[in-house]
Amino acid sequence: MSDRAIAYNEDIVKKFVVASMFWGVVAFLVGVVLAAQLTWPALNLGLPFTNFGRLRPVHTSAAIFAFGGCALFGTSFHIVQRTCRARLFGGEALANFIFWGYQFFIVMAALSYVMGFSQGQEYAEPEWHLDLFLTLIWVLYAVVFIGTVMLREEPHIYVANWFFMAFILTVAVLHLCNNIAMPVSLYTAKSYNIAAGVQNAMIQWWYGHNAVGFFLTAGFLGMMYYFIPKAADRPVYSYRISIVHFWSLVFMYIWAGPHHLHWTALPDWTQTLGMAFSIMLWMPSWGGMINGIMTLSGAWDKLRTDPGLRFSVTAVGFYGMATFEGPVMSIRAVNALSHYTDWGIGHVHSGALGWVAFITFGAFYYLVPVLWKRERLYSTRLVSWHYWIATLGIVFYIAAMWVAGIMQGLMWRAYDNHGFLQYAFVESVAAVHPYYVIRLLGGLLFLSGMLIMVYNLIQTVRDPATARRGEAGGDLAMAKA
Amino acid sequence: MLIRHETIEKNSILLLVLTLLTISVGGLVEVVPLFTIETTVEHVRGVRPYSPLESRGRDIYIREGCYTCHSQQVRALRDEVERYGHYSIAAESMYDHPFQWGSKRIGPDLARVGGKYSNDWHIAHMADPRSVVPESLMPRYAFLAANRLDTGDLTARLKAQKAVGVPYTDEQLAAAAADLRTQADPAADNTALLKRYPKAVTVPGGGPFVTELDALVAYLQVLGTMVDFADPANENLRQ
Repeated sequence: MSDRAIAYNEDIVKKFVVASMFWGVVAFLVGVVLAAQLTWPALNLGLPFTNFGRLRPVHTSAAIFAFGGCALFGTSFHIVQRTCRARLFGGEALANFIFWGYQFFIVMAALSYVMGFSQGQEYAEPEWHLDLFLTLIWVLYAVVFIGTVMLREEPHIYVANWFFMAFILTVAVLHLCNNIAMPVSLYTAKSYNIAAGVQNAMIQWWYGHNAVGFFLTAGFLGMMYYFIPKAADRPVYSYRISIVHFWSLVFMYIWAGPHHLHWTALPDWTQTLGMAFSIMLWMPSWGGMINGIMTLSGAWDKLRTDPGLRFSVTAVGFYGMATFEGPVMSIRAVNALSHYTDWGIGHVHSGALGWVAFITFGAFYYLVPVLWKRERLYSTRLVSWHYWIATLGIVFYIAAMWVAGIMQGLMWRAYDNHGFLQYAFVESVAAVHPYYVIRLLGGLLFLSGMLIMVYNLIQTVRDPATARRGEAGGDLAMAKA
Repeated sequence: MLIRHETIEKNSILLLVLTLLTISVGGLVEVVPLFTIETTVEHVRGVRPYSPLESRGRDIYIREGCYTCHSQQVRALRDEVERYGHYSIAAESMYDHPFQWGSKRIGPDLARVGGKYSNDWHIAHMADPRSVVPESLMPRYAFLAANRLDTGDLTARLKAQKAVGVPYTDEQLAAAAADLRTQADPAADNTALLKRYPKAVTVPGGGPFVTELDALVAYLQVLGTMVDFADPANENLRQ
């Protein structure tokens, strides 16, 4: 540790942690509502702003960009300052502008969806004026982050920061290229994308899959590379693996998009390239998993005493599962069965809940006592409860979606003895109802776990029992030291 | 190699530049040729820009997030071709800004829904999907029939599409408002409309104004009908 205290900007990290928790509750709640609507369609209410079609982007954007995004902003600002031993570049005003600007973007995007403004491209629904505003925020984020890296006192850039830099840079490129559109007028929140049809499809899924690859993977790997070694108090398992899997991951991910377009009007050569790279991607993904899990060598006993670390390690386990399942689903023959079914939904959620949310929970359980200068968490028992309830929720969710998805795929292609299609489409809709009920239950469990976490973290900050010994009001004293 | 990596991880600009180069390769190789290789989009007869009413219907399709539950892409698989019709070809969505191929079928594929059901069926279905399909999970869209279709910026919308490559002619732009009304009025003479937009389906309309539902039904009724796969000129598309 340092021999001289650097006055890190921790206030901005705190803000993003609080925002991320808030948006997490919103994202999971809307997800539960959507799951209920798919189970009992009357819950759509038939109103424009409550129907599934407009609420679904609220759920996906809240989960990815609001919950995940705020977690990435917060943890990256924390990690870059600590690992570079430098105060955040650009000062507090700029950091706060990024925070409030990003919150404004989230709120405006959500409102615009329910009011009926959408570009109609998945995970890129905000209309052009919001896209422009987000570009501004993102450029400032890049300036602050890279500026801090350049101010570093450590000669080496820590591996977590490689991943954060790749994430920030690539998301900027993706966002700019996928959202080039012609507005109807300067005053109209409606535009037409410059690309059409097959080219638009390729660019969209190049964007969409790398939102997964860089936003939800590279960024969160950065989180993993800091918090797992910290919580386990062990160095990263292999420096060599980090180098090899970093470069191979960023090189290969970008090719994987066409596996969303198998058997479509996209030319075969593009589909084949996408499939080949998706399969190869298995290895760099597991490089990250191995590096994360093996960091616990010699510290496995900590899983018994530190349930926060349990979240992180389980997250890496889910990461390994999802990054094996993904390459399997990208094989054209498998994809013929799995695509357009709930299997895809299950796959996304084992990644989003199991990996993204769990690695974030692990990070926050470590981070909140550090940021708010508390001796310990309010209750490790509640962390355990959260862990088991959330894990059970994920298992319910993905198991139900596996069964529902494979059943849909099989029903759609089933032939009877006379050589006719055996089922009408709507029979597959009716058949999945029980699994949608189970999925809803899984979502409710996951949301309940999140509420337990919120309570536990609030108590950690507020309860006098968690204060550092001999440091009443130590918060200020530390900051000024 | 590992010693060399030290120079990269001590230089943030070098790290950024190398990362940018690394991520550029895949995207460039997969995207750029789609714009340059001639055979990517087939040359077929029949594909035309959407009529003004259909185009506004498509805007509503996007606004309501229909793509979150419905795909518009019949894959080249035996069961899909039997269930939905000829597999989708790239030319059929060449004027779709943005494409609406979708990623999930909570409901069925809509790439060839045009002409499959009557206008009356669509109207009843939108008002209450379970009145015609009891097992349906679809929300009710009764409000579309009550909403007056906003046509104030109709020409601006078509012009914006023209700017990104949809070949609307000056004649089509000039007649946009009239064509829109004609397509929602069964009593009107639709000869000129059909000349400009072959196969455009006239919707019942009938109310005091053109509704959002009229536009949406017109759009759904044209989906997948533009290319005549029985036309010998299009025969080279068959596998």
